Amino acid sequence: MTHSLLKPTRRGFLAGTTAIGGSALLGIRPASAAINWKKHAGTTLEVNLVKSPRSETLIKYLGEFQELTGIKVNAEATPEQQQRQKVVIELSSGKPSFDVVHLSYHVQKRQFEKGKWLADISGFLKDPSLTDPSLVEADFADAGMQFARDADGVLRSLPFSVDYWIIYWNKELFEAKGLKYPETFEEMVTAAEKLTDPSTNTYGFVARGLKNANTPVWTSLMLGYGAKPIGADGKLATDSKEAVEAAKLYQRLMTKAAPPGVSGFNWAEAQSAFLQGKIGMWFDGVGFAPPIENPEKSRVVGKVGYGVMPKGPSAQASGTFGDGLGVVEASTKKEAGYLFCQWAISHEMGARLLQAGAGVPFRQSILEDRKVREGVKMPAAWLDAVVGSGKISQLALPVIIPVTEFRDSFGVGLTNMIGGADPATELKKATEQFAPVLARSEG
Amino acid sequence: MASVGMENTAARSGREKGSKPVRLAPNYWPFVIPALVVISAVIVFPWVFTLWMSAHRWTLGQEQSFIGFDNYIRLAGDARFWESLWHTLLYTVLSVVAPLFLGTLAALVFDAQFPLRGFLRGVFVMPMMATPVAIALVWTMMFHPQLGVLNYLLSLVGIGPLEWIYNQSTVIPSLVLVETWQWTPLVMLIVLGGLASIPREPYESAEIDGANAWQKFRYLTLPMIAPFLMIALIIRSIDAVKSFDIIYAMTQGGPGTASETINIYLYNTSFAYYDIGYGSAMAVIFFIAIVALSFVLLMVRQRTNWSEMEER
Repeated sequence: MTHSLLKPTRRGFLAGTTAIGGSALLGIRPASAAINWKKHAGTTLEVNLVKSPRSETLIKYLGEFQELTGIKVNAEATPEQQQRQKVVIELSSGKPSFDVVHLSYHVQKRQFEKGKWLADISGFLKDPSLTDPSLVEADFADAGMQFARDADGVLRSLPFSVDYWIIYWNKELFEAKGLKYPETFEEMVTAAEKLTDPSTNTYGFVARGLKNANTPVWTSLMLGYGAKPIGADGKLATDSKEAVEAAKLYQRLMTKAAPPGVSGFNWAEAQSAFLQGKIGMWFDGVGFAPPIENPEKSRVVGKVGYGVMPKGPSAQASGTFGDGLGVVEASTKKEAGYLFCQWAISHEMGARLLQAGAGVPFRQSILEDRKVREGVKMPAAWLDAVVGSGKISQLALPVIIPVTEFRDSFGVGLTNMIGGADPATELKKATEQFAPVLARSEG
Repeated sequence: MASVGMENTAARSGREKGSKPVRLAPNYWPFVIPALVVISAVIVFPWVFTLWMSAHRWTLGQEQSFIGFDNYIRLAGDARFWESLWHTLLYTVLSVVAPLFLGTLAALVFDAQFPLRGFLRGVFVMPMMATPVAIALVWTMMFHPQLGVLNYLLSLVGIGPLEWIYNQSTVIPSLVLVETWQWTPLVMLIVLGGLASIPREPYESAEIDGANAWQKFRYLTLPMIAPFLMIALIIRSIDAVKSFDIIYAMTQGGPGTASETINIYLYNTSFAYYDIGYGSAMAVIFFIAIVALSFVLLMVRQRTNWSEMEER
């Protein structure tokens, strides 16, 4: 990287001070020289993270933050399910043991809002003594700011890492059948069926079939029909015409072109199948390039294309999920916590995340930085798919409290569809079951 | 201390003679109170608190309110609860019967004298020592429809491929297969202990009377190992009904809800949906069912006791 906030060079310092002087004359807000990283030196922060390559990257470079700020950080990283339970129980108690929390937006956003568990950090973002001038809301992907703001538009967290859903496709299998990467849903399903040949154990498509895990597949398809699980009127639209069409497409792909037993597949089983080189397309989150390109784990190294979600009948949209970092409302060290969040999503840390294949930052300036892109170890097609998906990203799950129940209720219906059940009937049944749960959650 | 000893003797003799129960003397209380405190703290309080929670609408992060029996009424109309109850029953019955049958068979085999018997016994009990989650991960890989070794082995004899835990109709039998693989050795060890304690004389008499092998097993061995089979039945039933780790690690109750037992549903309700009140109501009902089952098993156990059998 040429520029580093943490390790300024003499030339950089001179250029910076000249820029500050110039910008002051033009009435622009002073640059990073104004930020006082040492303001809370001597403070000890408790940070609760989800165990993942993303948190491992943060923990790896924690020493740099401590050196920069003089803040001591005790970081705890626990597996996702356990971390979610732990933080909800602790935050409900009103006396959490941590100051900064790592949250999955697509599951916990509304729950955290309703519980009023996160501090308002809007003021911190505007405070030049606390915030680097490069950190501006416009730099984040739209989905990121939708996630980070609460229902009243107040900023409650900083978007950390985004997960766009893309298509991993086996170029070798496509070439053997004379097919090209699909541009529409119809082309996708046609290609999947043409690639399927059970006699050679080859299948055109794989995605999650297991209850709960499968729901984002369906809701992502639904976006292509111009629909979302909850309509603009706030009511469930899960048995609408578009929802049923998306479910029919899911059923067709999973019954005509997916391997046997797919109704029990989570991402791990789908990944195992794809890595064997017998699957034409795999639809899932963007974070699986590292195992695909690892020769010790994969038989498809160098053979995989990374495609943006094909266009549906009404729209082209990439289902988007993500996680963020927030300062806990009950914390007495909010500014110090904010400094940690800011460091974690900084240009430098985002670049490290991307280059290691550990995650994709929400900040567009990182994705567009030529130097950062040069250091990315994954294929250029993967990075293009990331950037392309960012342009058509849409939230794929509803922002409600009972997200897990939503995923379970409709997930059971989707699994039944793989077993041959009628999509319209299953969606109607699941909608009737889930409606009172949703009503209770906001009651 | 002398007076305590005397009162103790008096109390015991009173019970032995079938006279009126003797009231505890006040100086016993210092010895009883610590145990009462511990029991109240670790057993009574959690249950009273669970009952209290079950009478509330209590979702983490939201206001709680008293709703009386509403959670229980909701439970009665919850199809998923009844489905999970059926899965629990089916899973328990199969996970008890299969190891009992195979464990008894294995005990009869290992009771006989043959070369390498000790070594093979050791190998046979190894699954019992493994960690359930590790077992679950290994079997999940073995069950994989495309990459699993089981379908490969079946293909060698022209069978399959099967979908094992990845199909709604075969998931419970597949899970029972894992449970059976792990716990048959336990039954074998219990029954083997029973076989070792059986006297040889009845068999000699039976041979003189011309009894064949089946008749000796049916009329001599089986009645004499019945108390041991009952112990195995009780241990296996308790184990199977509360089974969680293997099911959760392998299927999480899926595909769909095809292998969702009460434990899994209860866990999801309380710790994935954070509906603590409803989860508590489920726990109370499940507890009552387990207590009822335990009573039935203990009564049956009494009937198979050797001394009781002799009295009849």
